[in-house]
Amino acid sequence: MRRGTFWSWLWISLGALYFLLPLIGTFIFSLRARRDELSFAAYDSAFSDPRFWEAFGFSAMMAVFTVIVSLLITVPTAYWVQLRLPRLRPIVELITLLPFVIPAVVLVFGLIRIYSRPPLALTGAIFTTNLLLIAGYTVLSLPYMYRAVDTGLRAIDIRTLTEAAQSLGAGWPTIIWHIIFPNLRTALLSGAFLTFAIVVGELVLASFLARPAFAPYLAQLINNRAYEPAALTIVSFLITWACIGLISFFGQHRAGGESQLAGPR
Amino acid sequence: MAQIAQPEMREMPVSPVALRRVSWAWLGVVPFFLFAIAFMILPALSLISGSVQDRQGNFTLENIINLSQPFILNAYWLSIRISLVTAIGGGLFGFLLAYTVTVGGLPKSVRNGLMTFSGVASNFAGVPLAFAFIATLGRVGFITVLLKTLFNIDIYSAGFNLYSFVGLSLAYMYFQFPLMVLIISPALDGLKREWREACENLGGNSWHYWRYVALPILLPSLLGTMILLFGNAFGAYATAQALTGGSLNLVTIVIGAQIRGDVLNNPGLGYALALGMVVVMAISITGYSWLQRKTERWLR
Repeated sequence: MRRGTFWSWLWISLGALYFLLPLIGTFIFSLRARRDELSFAAYDSAFSDPRFWEAFGFSAMMAVFTVIVSLLITVPTAYWVQLRLPRLRPIVELITLLPFVIPAVVLVFGLIRIYSRPPLALTGAIFTTNLLLIAGYTVLSLPYMYRAVDTGLRAIDIRTLTEAAQSLGAGWPTIIWHIIFPNLRTALLSGAFLTFAIVVGELVLASFLARPAFAPYLAQLINNRAYEPAALTIVSFLITWACIGLISFFGQHRAGGESQLAGPR
Repeated sequence: MAQIAQPEMREMPVSPVALRRVSWAWLGVVPFFLFAIAFMILPALSLISGSVQDRQGNFTLENIINLSQPFILNAYWLSIRISLVTAIGGGLFGFLLAYTVTVGGLPKSVRNGLMTFSGVASNFAGVPLAFAFIATLGRVGFITVLLKTLFNIDIYSAGFNLYSFVGLSLAYMYFQFPLMVLIISPALDGLKREWREACENLGGNSWHYWRYVALPILLPSLLGTMILLFGNAFGAYATAQALTGGSLNLVTIVIGAQIRGDVLNNPGLGYALALGMVVVMAISITGYSWLQRKTERWLR
C-alpha cells in the first residue's frame, strides 16, 4: 500500500509539474518587460492598448449574445423533447453532437461557402457577419449547452411543474420564463460560463470571418511583441479558470462532469 | 404524455383536438431544426457537393481521387501521427493520474485540485496555450534558459525544437490528458469494491484483479476515450497555427490556407479535403460512443 501511494504521489507530481511549468514560465516572462527588474509593466502596456479593449469587448459581447441565442435554442427544445416528443431524443442528441464531427475550421469553410454569395451574402456587411459569427459560436457551444440543459431538466420533475402551472392558468411563455428557467438556473449558468470561456478564446471563426475578436488580436500580438502576449496569456488563463471555477461553484455538477468537456481547437 | 392521452382517446375516438395537439407539438422544435439545418447541415452538405464538382459545376469524383496525391496524403499522415501520439500518450498519462486520485489512495483535496485543473486545462487551448509553451520551451523560454544556466544543457543544440512535431505534441498533451482525466475518473469510481473482494476470495491477487476484472471492464472506455482524444487533436487548428505559424502541414492548417487563398489551386480539392476530415471525425466519434456504451453497462 505504501509503495502504491509513493507511485501515486510521483505521478501526480509529474502531472503538477507539467501543468504548472508553462504557467510559471509565462508568468515570469510577463514580469520581465523592464530590464533587470520584475514589474507589471507588460500588463500596464497590454491594458493601455485601446485595441485590446476593443477586441476583448467585442469577444465578450459576442459571448453574451451567443449565450442568449444558445439558451433560446436549447432550452425550449430540450424541454419540449423531454415533455412531448421523447421519440425525437435520439435525433436531437445526434445533432447536438455534430459540432464534434465538424471541426471549427471545416465549419467556417462551409459557412463561408454558403453565406458569402447571393442569395444569402451575410459576409457582405459587418452586422450580418457578426450574426454569422454568433451562429457559428452557437454551433460550437451546442454540445455543452444542450447537455447541461438536458441534465438539468432530468433532475427536476418538469411534467408535474408544467401541469401545476397549467392548472393555475399559466401560458407557455409564463411556464418557460417563470417556472423552467429558474429551476434550471445552475445548469444554465454552467452552460453559459463554459460557452463564455469557449467564445472568448476562440480563434478560428473570428479570424476567418475577419472580425476583431480577442484570440486573433492575441495571435497577431505574438508576432509583434514579446512581453504583452505573456501578460494576456496569463489573463486569459485566469478568465478560463474563473469560468470553470464559477461552474463548480454554482453547479452541484460533479467536478469533471461531462458538461466541462471541450472540443478541438 | 402518450400514456396519459390514451384514456381520453377511448372516450372520444375521433378528436380534432388531439390532432391539432400533435401538429402543435412538432412546432416546438422547429427553431432548433431550422438552426441546425442552416448552420450545420447546409454548410456540411455544401462542402460535400463542392467536393464532387469540377470548376464548371459538373459532377466528378476527380477531387476525391486527387486526395491521394503525396502532398495531401502527407498532411493526413502528419495529422494522424500527431493525433495518435498525443491520444495514446495523453490517454495513458491521464489514466495514471485519474488512477492515483480514485483508486491510488491520494487525499480528496488532491483529487479536487486535479479535477478543477483538468476542467481548466482541457479548455485552455489555442493561442494562449501556444504562447505559454513558447515562453517556457521556446529559444529563450523559461526552462530552456534555466537548463542552460544551471546545467549548461542547450536543448536546442541537442536537437529539440518547439516548433516541430515533438514540440506541438507536447503542447497538445496539455489539453489531451486533462480530457482523459475528466472522462475516465467516473469510470474508475464505478469499479465496485465487491469485485475486488470477490477476486480476493477466489484467491486472486492484485495482478489477477486488474488483468481479469478491472481492465476488461475499463478497456472499452479507455479505448473509446483515446479515440475521442484522437479526434480532439485531429480537428485542432488554433494551437498549431499559433505555435508553428502554419509551417507544419496538418490537414486543418492546409484547409485554413485553402480558405484564405486557394493554395491547392483547386477549390473542389479543398472541399474534398474538408470532407475527408469530417469522415475521420465521424468515425472517431461513433467509435467513442459505441465503446463508451459498452463500459457504461457495467458501471451503473
